[in-house]
Amino acid sequence: MDIHEYQAKEILRDNGIPVPPGRVTKDPNDAVNIAKDYGDTVVVKAQVHSGGRGKAGGVKLAGTSDEVFAAADQILGLTISGHTVKEVLITPAEDIDSEAYLGILIDRESQSPVVMVCSEGGVDIEEVAEKSPESIKKLIVDPRQGLLHHQAYGLAGALYNDPSLVKQATVIIKQLYQAFVTSGASMIEINPLISTPTGEVKAIDAKMSVDNSELFKYPSIEAYRDVASEPWAETMAREAGLSYVKLDGNVGCCVNGAGLAMATMDLVKYYGGEPANFLDIGGSSNPQKVVTALQIITSDPNVEVILFNIFGGITRCDDVAKGIIEALGQLEIEAPIIIRLTGTNEEEGLKILSAEGMSAFTSMDEVVEKAVSETSN
Amino acid sequence: MSIFVDSKTRLLVQGITGRDGSFHTTEMIRYGTNVVGGVTPGKGGMSFKGPDDQKIPIYNTVEEAVADTGANTSVIYVPPAFAAGAMEEAVDSGVALVVAITEGVPVQAMTKIHAFAQDRGVRILGPNCPGVISPGKAKVGIIPEQIVMPGPIGVISRSGTLTYEAVINLTKEGIGQTTCVGIGGDPLIGTSFIDCLTQFKGDEETEAIVMIGEIGGTDEQDAAEWISDNLDIPVVGFIAGQTAPPGRQMGHAGAIISGSSGTAEEKMRCFEKNGVRVAARPIDIVELVREALD
Repeated sequence: MDIHEYQAKEILRDNGIPVPPGRVTKDPNDAVNIAKDYGDTVVVKAQVHSGGRGKAGGVKLAGTSDEVFAAADQILGLTISGHTVKEVLITPAEDIDSEAYLGILIDRESQSPVVMVCSEGGVDIEEVAEKSPESIKKLIVDPRQGLLHHQAYGLAGALYNDPSLVKQATVIIKQLYQAFVTSGASMIEINPLISTPTGEVKAIDAKMSVDNSELFKYPSIEAYRDVASEPWAETMAREAGLSYVKLDGNVGCCVNGAGLAMATMDLVKYYGGEPANFLDIGGSSNPQKVVTALQIITSDPNVEVILFNIFGGITRCDDVAKGIIEALGQLEIEAPIIIRLTGTNEEEGLKILSAEGMSAFTSMDEVVEKAVSETSN
Repeated sequence: MSIFVDSKTRLLVQGITGRDGSFHTTEMIRYGTNVVGGVTPGKGGMSFKGPDDQKIPIYNTVEEAVADTGANTSVIYVPPAFAAGAMEEAVDSGVALVVAITEGVPVQAMTKIHAFAQDRGVRILGPNCPGVISPGKAKVGIIPEQIVMPGPIGVISRSGTLTYEAVINLTKEGIGQTTCVGIGGDPLIGTSFIDCLTQFKGDEETEAIVMIGEIGGTDEQDAAEWISDNLDIPVVGFIAGQTAPPGRQMGHAGAIISGSSGTAEEKMRCFEKNGVRVAARPIDIVELVREALD
């Protein structure tokens, strides 16, 4: 789960990292009031789960009350990479001497946390990694030892020459590692980490993702979830224990298992169609899950046909068949439903369907080809 | 022959009294797997009733169970909140193989567990995997027995049901398997494609290998290069997620394209470059395997 900049900054502050003050608001008038507390110039920043906010016009400097109002008014409601801005963060503008990058993530290859620093900050770090990978210093941390003092000191030395800055950065790097492990993060990033003309090191932007599997341990972070910005269908899917990702096509897909669900989408494309979604109903699916899945799929107005690809393992075909019949009773579904049902309790499942005048395919290719043929394009 | 599990497997089930654990214990015993004991803290001294009224002893700790039964493999069905602890206990107990079925184990916990397992020389399969089956010999996990038959193909996959799809197509055509391994859909897994390929390389009966990968990470790319340098038998590959959008997790925690890396296209290209035969659809795997065997 991604959290917003202002939320990530709260976590950084809790771990002792110097972060300028800031408050969020949904209202331009309120933004003006907040700015009054922060001196001459403030930054108004869109709070959305997306990078590239600056380029999209989601970050603005403002000197006067009118400018603050105008900036907040323009940014609120802006759409950045498909996300609508509903809140802005108001924070004092800082004088900047240098900008650096500091991040920690879980590295799949070494199966360990990796700390990365780069003396070029405030820029897209993936771009830097591609163009000049040598400018990024990486340290693989032994997760059982944690980040050691001399390691943090070595990383800080790659960012600064001035002993006072190195000392401050050493502490910040250790604090960031602490924040990483005590909040179940999968990624945490300060970009940029700045030094000021008065010789202070501060975090002025932050980004953080928390491992979904850790959220149960951290209710305060779970409470950061921005349900208002989440599409209705995704909230519904998450609460029902389904995995759903909306796509742009018209073939609604309902599948058990993530790999099979992806392969089904790919096969839709192979036969000339476009998948409307990824949806995995998971392992032990009860009929109610199938009803919810159909509710979600049919909430997408692009869907012209609904394709079920069920290979029963833990999932039982009769449960899925029952769910389909129940859904047809509860929901108004206009799109044709094309079903493939095979595996555990296949016969029972087919019986349930045929009692309602429905039938099913047994092969994946047949069902996908048939579903694609039902679409208008 | 086969890899990882066979008739010498002496299996312990962690979470044997749970809903999934008890169901699959019965299935595994029915298949002929030698289940020697179960572990559920607080239920030590009781026993689990097998399909033919066998009494499988239950222990409070893995240590006691191993000491009493000589178990060499453990399978974990415990819920996510307790799975990391169960894996640590298994690694600490002296078994050689730990198969972790549970989905949703925190990744930070896995960084420590993988390091611990490496120190102890214990192999972890998974987490978030369907387990492993050596047709006709033993099954550890949840792979349905109906879809497999003994034969010359080694199967390795990051997925569950997609593996079933591929394997049943082989079985229907009379092409059996030495072992089918589900390595898991998490970003940090204990046994990689290369680990499985290395084992299959040493297995005389495996004549060809099927690898089923998906978007996210570089495990498939690393395996492709390893294959080109080390393997003499043919490999057929399939990658799921050609239509997956970048930056979105597709069900499995590990199935995510980060930036521009880990795409299906990149993996398929890497397969082709290194002599792995790439199937466009799951059904095409059968034909490619047949060609490879000829």
